[in-house]
Amino acid sequence: MNIHEYQAKQMFRDAGVSVLDGLHCRNVGEAIDAYRKLGGGVVAVKSQIHAGGRGKGTLLDPKTREVIMEGGVKIAFSEDEVRDYSDRILGNLLITKQTGGSGKLVTNLYVESGCDIVHEYYLAMLVDRGSNSLLVMASREGGMDIEEVAETNPDSIHRITSSGKSGFNRDSCVDLGSRLGLIGPALEKFTDMVSRLGSLFIESDCSMIEINPLVETSDQDIIALDAKVSFDENASFRHPEWDDLRDYGEEEEIELRAKKTGLSYVKLDGDIGCMVNGAGLAMATMDVIKLYGGEPANFLDVGGGADENQVTTAFSIILEDPNVKGILVNIFGGIMRCDIIAKGVISAVSRLGLERPLVVRLAGTNVEEGKAILSESGLNIHPADSLADGAEKIVKLVKGGA
Amino acid sequence: MMSIWVGENARVLIQGITGNQGRFHGAKMVEYGTEIVGGVTPGKGGSTVTLHNRDLPVYNTMNEAIKSTDAEVSVIYVPPPYAAAAIKEAAKSFHDVRGEGLIVCITEGIPILDMIDVTSDLGQYPNIRLIGPNCPGIITPGVKGGSKIGIMPGHIHRKGRIGIVSKSGTLTYEAVAQTTGIGEGQTTCVGIGGDPIQGTGFIDCLEAFEKDPETEAIVMIGEIGGTAEEEAAEWIKANGTKPVVGFVAGATAPPGKRMGHAGAIISGGKGTAKEKIEAFESAGIHVANDPSVIGEVLKIALIEAGLREL
Repeated sequence: MNIHEYQAKQMFRDAGVSVLDGLHCRNVGEAIDAYRKLGGGVVAVKSQIHAGGRGKGTLLDPKTREVIMEGGVKIAFSEDEVRDYSDRILGNLLITKQTGGSGKLVTNLYVESGCDIVHEYYLAMLVDRGSNSLLVMASREGGMDIEEVAETNPDSIHRITSSGKSGFNRDSCVDLGSRLGLIGPALEKFTDMVSRLGSLFIESDCSMIEINPLVETSDQDIIALDAKVSFDENASFRHPEWDDLRDYGEEEEIELRAKKTGLSYVKLDGDIGCMVNGAGLAMATMDVIKLYGGEPANFLDVGGGADENQVTTAFSIILEDPNVKGILVNIFGGIMRCDIIAKGVISAVSRLGLERPLVVRLAGTNVEEGKAILSESGLNIHPADSLADGAEKIVKLVKGGA
Repeated sequence: MMSIWVGENARVLIQGITGNQGRFHGAKMVEYGTEIVGGVTPGKGGSTVTLHNRDLPVYNTMNEAIKSTDAEVSVIYVPPPYAAAAIKEAAKSFHDVRGEGLIVCITEGIPILDMIDVTSDLGQYPNIRLIGPNCPGIITPGVKGGSKIGIMPGHIHRKGRIGIVSKSGTLTYEAVAQTTGIGEGQTTCVGIGGDPIQGTGFIDCLEAFEKDPETEAIVMIGEIGGTAEEEAAEWIKANGTKPVVGFVAGATAPPGKRMGHAGAIISGGKGTAKEKIEAFESAGIHVANDPSVIGEVLKIALIEAGLREL
């Protein structure tokens, strides 16, 4: 789960991690008020969306898709500029290299004081699956794409790890800061910040904290100029406060609805809808569809213990995609029982209708009962004996019908 | 030895035996032939649970349960908020009472920081192995019955000479069914789980299969993300003597959708199916490009190794 920069910065502030003064705004009036409250001067007017690359993004009119402005983060030197920029940002679509072509509608702004930057660094904290530990990565090459740095200058990325609940010890933080070339008060501030971020990461069940850029100012202060925080969804049971931080407008409505029902759905560009149990088998099913010359319309994992209701929801989600010309159901029952899937398929089909070809492959727990239920239903369902058979059949049916 | 880590008659406890999942899968395990000797649910000690017509004792603590039943293995069906504590309790109790033990954690959705904590805790118990979490478990099919410890459908397995290790639950079943389909069987199948932090990885399993005299060939199923498959391939290149068949799921998955932004960086651009398959090929692994031909590729690998007639 991701949150906005203004929310992340409030968390930083509460944890004693240095950020500049700034205010969250929802309209032009609030932006102007914020400018006055911050004491005028130079401010940054920053679009708030859950995607990176905002500074280099493009704002489009959501209806005409006409370009409104280049750059979703603007430096304003006066109240008039604040008014102008916020007016051109709010209510428009921001397209960045992380948003995809459809972009994200900007409804939140952050107006933040300026500062005198001497150098920009990169810092990220995350869980490293290789070493089963917390990891900090930092680089002197801040402000740019870290993927690019990793590609062109991997030696400039420095790392420290921590193995448990204690966070990062002082010595390793000092070591990391020194490797970045920090000295004196800036090194002291950096050390303090990394240790505070470590505690914040653990207490808040983060999955990632990314600060790009982290800046050194002319008075040797270290400040988080940007803040990207994501949480580990598995820990939501112990963080009721996340409900207030969640911006439903940022999440794909259909993916969100799937998640609420316990399904994992990702929309893709093809025309064969698939419903599978287990992430690995779901990916493999997509792979096989492609091998037989088809294109999957989605990834959909119904999970371990789906009931009839979930199967019906899964079907309606697949059918909502107008590109879907046929559906392949591939279930290898373990926890999941094939008879329950079969009943779910029938109830979904009887409620939603079935105008598109449907191939069902069942295997595993209670497979015979499942197959019997499907064949006795009298519905036009094409049974398949194996994954390959199922993929071949659905590709033929979809191509034949086109 | 005729399997890895669990024998056909391993004595098994169920943590969370009184819950829905514990009872449902507990009954399936007993039905399969697994030697379930009891279970643990704090606060319900002294009661009895009936699984597939067998009355089983419930204990309050793992320590008490192990002492009373001499169990070697524990399988965990405890909900995510309590699962990490359950693993830690099992590890300490096996260590204190027996000096060794196997813990299989089926639970899906454990917070990742809890797992980091568990991993560092397990470091102090050298003879305790954790499989999972978020995995289907481990199964050693027997001549009659066998030991099924987890949630996999038992009936697709058959005793034999193929070792199977996989990150994905249902894809493991696919591989199992296909090996059974070509007339082969399995020594042991291990689902290591798809979580970023796991108790047991590919290499642990490969090492064990390599040492097990009954295992003559190995099937390894990976998926996109991380670098575990590449590391496993390196290990096989250096140490492997038995034929290995590999498959990697996710060749057509859109990039960036599941892997976290910075996660992709640590691996230095690694983690795609293409790279994993290349690593497999360079290690001499027989790669199935299509998951539905895992059985066929295995047949060819066995023939090439002189382990099967044409």
